[in-house]
Amino acid sequence: MSRIGVFICHCGENIGATVDCEKVAKTCACLPGVEHSVDYKYMCSEPGQSLIREAIKEKKLDGVVVAACSPRMHEPTFRKACAEMGMNPFLCEMANLREHCSWVHAKGDATTEKAIDLVSMMVEKVKRNKPLNPIKVPVTKTALVIGGGIAGIQASLDIANAGQKVILIEKEPSIGGHMAQLSETFPTLDCSQCILTPRMVEVAQHPNITLYTYAELESLDGFIGNFKARIRKKAKSIDETLCTGCGVCTTACPLKKNPSEFNMGLGTRGAIYVPFPQAVPNKPVIDRTKCTYFKTGKCKLCLTKCPAGAITYDQQDEIIEVPVGSVVVTTGFNVTGTDFFSEYGYGKYKDVVNGLQFERLLSASGPTLGEVKRPSDGTVPKKIVFIACAGSRDPAKGIDYCSKICCMYTAKHAMLYKHKVHDGDATVFYMDIRAAGKGYDEFVRRAIEEDHVNYIRGRVSRIFERNGKLIVRGADTLLGAQPVEIEADMVVLATAGISNPGSEELAQKMHISYDKYHFFSEAHPKVRPVETNTAGIFLAGACQSPKDIPDTVGQASAAASKVLALFSRDELTREPVIAVVNRTAPPLFSTCVGCFMCQTACPYGAISREEIKARDGKILKTVASVNPGLCQGCGTCVAFCKSKSIDLQGFSNEQVYAEVMELLS
Amino acid sequence: MLQSSHHEDPSLAGLVWTKTGISVERCYQCGKCSAGCPAASEMDLTPSVVLRHLQTRDADSEKKVLSSYSIWLCLACQTCIARCPMEVDLPKVMDVLRIESLHRHLVHPKAKDIVSFHTSFINTIKRFGRLWEIGLIGEYKVRTGHFLQDVAVAPVMFLKGKLSLVPELHRKFVRKIFAAKERA
Amino acid sequence: MKIGLYPGCSMDGSSREYQESLRAIAPKISLELEDVKEWNCCGASSAHAIDHALSLALPAKILAQAEAQQMKELAVPCAACYNRLASTKVELAEDEAMRMKVAKMVDLPYTGATSVKNILDVLTPLLTPEVVKTFPATFPHKVVCYYGCLLVRPKSVMHHTRMEDPMEMDELMKRIGATPLEWSMKTECCGASFSITRTDIVGTLGMNILEDATMRGAEAIIVACPMCHSNLDMRRTEIEKVSGKKYSIPILYITQAIGLALGCSPQQLGLQRHFVPAKIEAKLKVQQTTPAAAAVS
Repeated sequence: MSRIGVFICHCGENIGATVDCEKVAKTCACLPGVEHSVDYKYMCSEPGQSLIREAIKEKKLDGVVVAACSPRMHEPTFRKACAEMGMNPFLCEMANLREHCSWVHAKGDATTEKAIDLVSMMVEKVKRNKPLNPIKVPVTKTALVIGGGIAGIQASLDIANAGQKVILIEKEPSIGGHMAQLSETFPTLDCSQCILTPRMVEVAQHPNITLYTYAELESLDGFIGNFKARIRKKAKSIDETLCTGCGVCTTACPLKKNPSEFNMGLGTRGAIYVPFPQAVPNKPVIDRTKCTYFKTGKCKLCLTKCPAGAITYDQQDEIIEVPVGSVVVTTGFNVTGTDFFSEYGYGKYKDVVNGLQFERLLSASGPTLGEVKRPSDGTVPKKIVFIACAGSRDPAKGIDYCSKICCMYTAKHAMLYKHKVHDGDATVFYMDIRAAGKGYDEFVRRAIEEDHVNYIRGRVSRIFERNGKLIVRGADTLLGAQPVEIEADMVVLATAGISNPGSEELAQKMHISYDKYHFFSEAHPKVRPVETNTAGIFLAGACQSPKDIPDTVGQASAAASKVLALFSRDELTREPVIAVVNRTAPPLFSTCVGCFMCQTACPYGAISREEIKARDGKILKTVASVNPGLCQGCGTCVAFCKSKSIDLQGFSNEQVYAEVMELLS
Repeated sequence: MLQSSHHEDPSLAGLVWTKTGISVERCYQCGKCSAGCPAASEMDLTPSVVLRHLQTRDADSEKKVLSSYSIWLCLACQTCIARCPMEVDLPKVMDVLRIESLHRHLVHPKAKDIVSFHTSFINTIKRFGRLWEIGLIGEYKVRTGHFLQDVAVAPVMFLKGKLSLVPELHRKFVRKIFAAKERA
Repeated sequence: MKIGLYPGCSMDGSSREYQESLRAIAPKISLELEDVKEWNCCGASSAHAIDHALSLALPAKILAQAEAQQMKELAVPCAACYNRLASTKVELAEDEAMRMKVAKMVDLPYTGATSVKNILDVLTPLLTPEVVKTFPATFPHKVVCYYGCLLVRPKSVMHHTRMEDPMEMDELMKRIGATPLEWSMKTECCGASFSITRTDIVGTLGMNILEDATMRGAEAIIVACPMCHSNLDMRRTEIEKVSGKKYSIPILYITQAIGLALGCSPQQLGLQRHFVPAKIEAKLKVQQTTPAAAAVS
């Protein structure tokens, strides 16, 4: 005979003002199997928990029902209280009288009746609860960081410096990301590469970091603490152990006209190339789609010239498998090209460029060695128009959000242009100025007051070309929205920050959520910004949403701290609410007939086939088997099983049936 | 189209919403419409300023809009809505404002010619079912007093066979429509 | 192709040459046109400016009539009429109450079964490379194609995929041997219905268009809208008054350019009706010595 204790919480006014808790407690005292039934103002408080503890001791309870808020709030609290008295915590359950009752109904008899029903259902369930033990899984103390931009670099260094191992993968030939493409950064005008490259070198040299560049994630299986990652190392066609980084091959390559991705199409590179001089690792790769040898079998100049014999044309992609305990996603973002804008020329005007392209023109290592020149004819532009909000905050173009960084980098671009071309004319068309960081507003004021950048509030309706100049038609909304026409030498569009191509596929590979713009979703926008809804996988940087360098670095360190917290234990405990296939004595062994519908139905791939063998090795029966490490306790298999051979611990068929029957009686 | 609950909004913006479903709040005053409007330099209130006046729901602002020259200078070229980031259907808003301006007898003095033109056009259709240029111009000149307008052009048009001296009589094609209009 | 035709008022009057050239080329490109019976004015820009119900009822009657004649498709060569009919279709499809009201005013059943097509929609599938190969002449001139406002906007009605730089007319001109130039005024407004009430605005806007076209070296401007043609051709003196300089560039309807390539005579195409002389000729593909060839060239 059961000895259940029932504890009805008023939750202050939350439940008490709508439900007659005293009546519920009195009614439930009469339920068969209930040994103790009280109500109290705040069950989660210390005195409230003491009530439970004392009742367990005095009344020798073998089950507890706390009727209060949602189990998501306080189930761990009450289970801990029970465990302290030596009761298996899984014999304690909660009935939700708040979210399921008092918060959704008006005060009245019907509401109190419902509360009584909820409690009595849970009593029936708990009568059939069995003691369960949490499952322990080991933790692999290696982190996989996907993406080698500043976010990935920071996260890797933080984790590695704490003594844990990191595998950092980057799909480009070099780490550095977009930050390596920037000339100077706001609000300090620090040289971007000067603050980035020391960290890049640190990553390459760190004993705890294994760096794979030109590599991508092939697949990710497993669960928190126990992931299995397969990484595709794309064939570089270079033997990195032999290559000295001398650069003779890149000079020798006769194909000089391929547009350089690093220079945003404004410069060129060969088919064998290092993306930029400060690349880490400073070793080339061969772009097989452009290389003459791979297209026609001829040339081989790089092979001939290489003093170290490091060129290996027959190198294949290599897939390596690594066990990791957690993943940090730092894949960054992209910006729309100028072809995104129908009213600005569909990308056909060479002198209409986007922000990243202008960075390359400003950069000392860029295609014009830091001189601002028009891509069309190489002359120095005397009049530049900068257009903020190009594509952002634009539902007509499908981008509703603000890209956050453009107001700042536009001010920066205008300032740097004025510093380089003293008699140049810079005009910025803007809608608002979003300069919310430390020193940010002062930076924008400097552009306006000291560098005399013209700020005009209004958007540009159209840009077209006439006689080699760009005609910009905007408006000054602070002067009655009068049309303003400017004949400019060059236009820089602060284009919208967007997710990287391939983000959707990557998110699906890792089973993490993403939004309609294919930015990865955080677990909670306010209080869990660097976690995903998938345990063990963390996010940092612009892959979650466009952001600047300080926010990115902050998030990267935050994600690293989550990883380190995970790695601080040798074992993880998992809730034992998992499915189990029944076993019984020979010759039946199990009522499972081996149809394996459960295996097909399982969304987590947690069910496999197990052969039951006789002593001589003969296979007697093949039945389903649940991997306790992968099972998430969703119960789909239980619903599918025709022979009722699989059941869910903590939510068995018998328990659920009892609840329903209690409600109907 | 985003529609907020406008519960009994007696303002001009409310009228716009009732007639068209357009919510003037959607405009964030970026000025792109004014920047691209071919007639903006002639207008007293450029397109985005017209919307700003509606957003205030202030009686004086509303009067300013309805008695503006701008709403009659609008060419209905659709350039504004083609480029508006918030997809505000300004041409439709202009139609509502024009009709309301007539209704409240607030037409800008400079716009009287344009209103006369439209009225003459409609009357010509009512009488003949199709456009008869001489009928249109004739009534327009009587209404506006611009008797010498295009006197040089008319003979050339006639000689080129593009101007009929006599109208075609197709009044019955539109009789029912105009009758229904009178009843309403 | 057999298709219904709604000519519209200007095709009978001030843009008579547009209709002439359309009817001249139709039999030569397998285009059979069936006129809508008892058609009325669509209301143009005046109706929607001052009377909402009227602006829907006038086009609705035309569409209802086309439906009654079982026309699946209705060709509307005038861009303004096309825009009115297409916009009416969309609005009546979305607003059931208005559809009922208008159907009552029109006193004809209306279901929206007839789809409307502009001149470019009609000509593009007919002028395939195979068909154009059979044309006796080509039109080897540098031209700019002027689309105006109403063929491509608004997006909710036209669903055009390249609103700022449409290419349909350019493609048609290319097929008949012309060189369509890139220019900046493809969809800039010509001044629309201000031809009479604010002719000076037409002058300014027209000047921008002619200036750009001339600067690019175009020999002609090709149009598909009677209003645009009138504002750039008939109002040439007004434009020259505003600009202070003369422009001699002729304005041709797309149907006239195609007609020349088809070997039609200028008279057949109504070229003599233009205010600005359209002394632009097609080039015969094969040298012939027959009198017919001499008449064309």
